[in-house]
Parts: sequence; C-alpha cells; structure tokens
Amino acid sequence: MPDYNDFLSRIYEILKPFAKHGRILNEDSELVTELGLTSLQVMELIEQIEDHFDISVPLNILPDIRTIRDLALQLEKLTN
Amino acid sequence: MSLFDKFQPIVDIRAELAKLGVMPFGAVTEKLLSATEAIVNGHKVILAGTNNYLGLTFDPQCIAAAKQAVEEQGTGTTGSRMANGTFAEHIKLEQELGAFFDRRHTIVFSTGYAATMGMASTLAGPGDVIVLDADSHASIYDGVRMSGAEVIRFRHSDPADLEKRLRRLGERTANTLIIVEGIYSMLGDQAPLADIAAVKREYGGMLLVDEAHSLGMLGAHGRGVAEAAGVEADVDFVVGTFSKSLGAIGGYCVSNHPELEAIRFGIRSYIFTASPSPSVIASTRVALRLMQERPELRERLWNNAQRLYDGLEQLGFQVSPQVSPVVAVTIKDRNQAIAWWQELLQRGAYVNLVMPPASPTSDSLLRCSVSAAHSPEQIDRIIDAFAALQPAGMAAAD
Repeated sequence: MPDYNDFLSRIYEILKPFAKHGRILNEDSELVTELGLTSLQVMELIEQIEDHFDISVPLNILPDIRTIRDLALQLEKLTN
Repeated sequence: MSLFDKFQPIVDIRAELAKLGVMPFGAVTEKLLSATEAIVNGHKVILAGTNNYLGLTFDPQCIAAAKQAVEEQGTGTTGSRMANGTFAEHIKLEQELGAFFDRRHTIVFSTGYAATMGMASTLAGPGDVIVLDADSHASIYDGVRMSGAEVIRFRHSDPADLEKRLRRLGERTANTLIIVEGIYSMLGDQAPLADIAAVKREYGGMLLVDEAHSLGMLGAHGRGVAEAAGVEADVDFVVGTFSKSLGAIGGYCVSNHPELEAIRFGIRSYIFTASPSPSVIASTRVALRLMQERPELRERLWNNAQRLYDGLEQLGFQVSPQVSPVVAVTIKDRNQAIAWWQELLQRGAYVNLVMPPASPTSDSLLRCSVSAAHSPEQIDRIIDAFAALQPAGMAAAD
C-alpha cells in the first residue's frame, strides 16, 4: 500500500508545471488559490493519481482538499 | 469575506459582456414567428439553439390539446403528485410512455432536471457507489452529490476506464449505480453504450441512461441510444425529458424493476413540487403520439443535422466528433466565441454560447441544435452566417 510520502512525491511530480516563477511546491501549497489549478485541472490531477496507483478517488473527498497535504492525507486515508 | 465574494467571477464576466454590449446568457426572445424563427434581442433570427428537435412546439394538434386541457382542467394542478396533483392524464401519460419504451413502470416528473436529479439522488444512498461519466449533465452531478453515495467518475465515454473502476470496487459493484447519457448535450456525441453495457454485464451494478437528447432520434422505435445499440435489456432505468423532442416541459423515468413504484415515494423532487400542468401533459401526450406516427420528422432531422455538420466542417470549423442534431463548434478563445455569437445573431442565426465550466473542456462552444422543422434553406442560411465569420477568426478556431 502506498503511504503519505508516496502520494506526496507523486503529487509534486504531476504539479511541477504549476510551480511558476521558481516557486517550490510544499505541503501547504494551495491547489486552486495558490497554484491556480482550474476545476478541470484538479480532475486531471486526480485522474493521473488514480492511474498511477490503480485506485479510484471518490469525488466526495474533494471539498476537504485545499492543499497538497490535504490531498495526500485523504489519499492515504482512502487506501489504508 | 462576505456571502457574495464567491459570485465575484460572475459579476466580472457580466460587466465584461455589458461593456461589449453582448447578452448571450438569457438572450430575450421577444417574439416567436414559428418553431424555427424568432426576434431575439432585437434581431430576426433562425433558431439554431433550441433543442426543438422534432419542431413540434407549434404543431396544431399539440396546441389544440393544450388549449382544451386549459379550458377543461385549468391552468395548473396546484399540488404534488402525492397530494392533489395526480390527474387521470398524468397516469395516462405514464402508461403511454411505458408502452412506448416497452417498460412496465414509469414516473412522470415536472421537469427533466427533477427526473434526472431525483433518480440520481434517490437510487443510491449512503454506503452505495455511483460511477458516472465525467461529462455528465449538471442535473446528474447535483443528484449524485445529494445522494450520500460514494461518487466516482470515469473518463468520458471510455468503457475501459469504467471497467477499471468497477474492477477496483470488487464486490461493491452489487450496490453500484452506473450513470451515462445517450447523446451528450454539449457536443452531441453518442455514448458507446454497447461496450458500456458489456462492462456492466461482466462486473454487475445497475445502469441508468439519460436519453434526454436522443428521444425520438435513434433506434427502430425512437427510444434512443440504448435501443439503437441493442442493449435495452441491460439498461435498468431510462430517464429523459419532454422539453426537447416533445416540445413541452417535464421528465420521466421508465424501468422494468417493480421497485420503481416504491422508489417513487422516496424521490424528493417528485414529492415536494407541483405536478405538471394539464396543458403540458396534454401537448406531451399528443407529441409522443406524433413522434411515433411521423417517422419522416426523424428523417428530416438527421438530413438537417448532416447538412449543417458538413457545411460547418467544410468551412474549416472544429465541429463535434460525430454527426448529431447537436452540432457544436469549438472555439479556443473565449472572447472570440463571444464576438462570434453576437455576430451570428446580427447575421440572423441564434446559437448557444457555451463557456467553461458548462463546456466539457476549457474551450468555448458555439452550440447549434437543428430541428426537423428547419428547411434546407434555413440550414444553408445558418451555414452562410458562420461563413461570414471566417476572415476574422479562422486562426482562433484551430
């Protein structure tokens, strides 16, 4: 089972293109307000995670996710 | 922070459009001249964005039935189906729909939104799973959110991705509801329903198909994509609307599951709203009959769809992936789409402007829908209006 750090490193990898102006991604980076992801891009991020880990992520968890940490924690909770 | 902060993006875009003098959302139809022509925002236009697929809104028989119903039964039922709002005609329409779809149980709703949202929110509940196509209509998304079920998306019209989702669920597929549409409303593309049904057969679960945009268009009897694909036996629930092919307003769900009669009493959008007005039921019943009696309407509809699709494609526009009564032109630049929408109006063609998040991608759409009531000449005039746009914007359409 993947753990928090596995999810975290995968999220960093996928979100690299969003780290604009030399900004470094961290667990507190906010997906929408800080990195500027649109709702479509959030869904694409989720799809890539789903494919990589062979999991399905319920939409129900999305309202609780603002930061990269929130997402990694929710994914860990989902799979463990 | 105030309650109103979240509406700021809408305020901004409205201000932007007002500055441009464009009113694409809530354009005012000032006078209807026929099923296919009107005065909209001061311009005489051909209506090419109304979903009036069979052109029945001005059919004399439908109008006569509606008039008679108003005179005999009044303007409204003033109550819920559960209380005083079940008239004999509601029951008759349910029986006629059941006969048309060859299904034993039918529920008639006050709107298509109430039907789809109501079924999506009621069939599955806490502890259940809903797996839905990513490009599902807002009424489906609203319903599944209210259901309390675990909600999982699969990639649009991708049976292999659906298969993965069901495989991951394991035994939970026993209480899983799969939701797809027959024809998708924005681009007019058809679901690969034969493949989706095959996945459902292999893994289990129940299948609900929204045939809102395919009623009267596909299949030997006009029952929609499920009939055309030969998989009606795999579809547990069909939902749809009276507001497109049948030219009125209202919705339905049909099924062979006897449980639908119990489910009826758990659907909040059925219980806590007034039932459809007598005139609506009356014109819908006639339209349902005419749809079956006049296969030529369907033939004209598809001829018009093909004509518009070919015409716009030949002009170099990026059109929908397949020919259907919905022909959408994709425009990458939002401002270009807005400007073209206005120009089309001025040139005598009303189409729908669709911008994200209503469009399935980050692009905007100039969405056309054709009608059996359009003449070939009217279709050509719509194409001519698009042709006139070319010099300014073909680069933006790439």
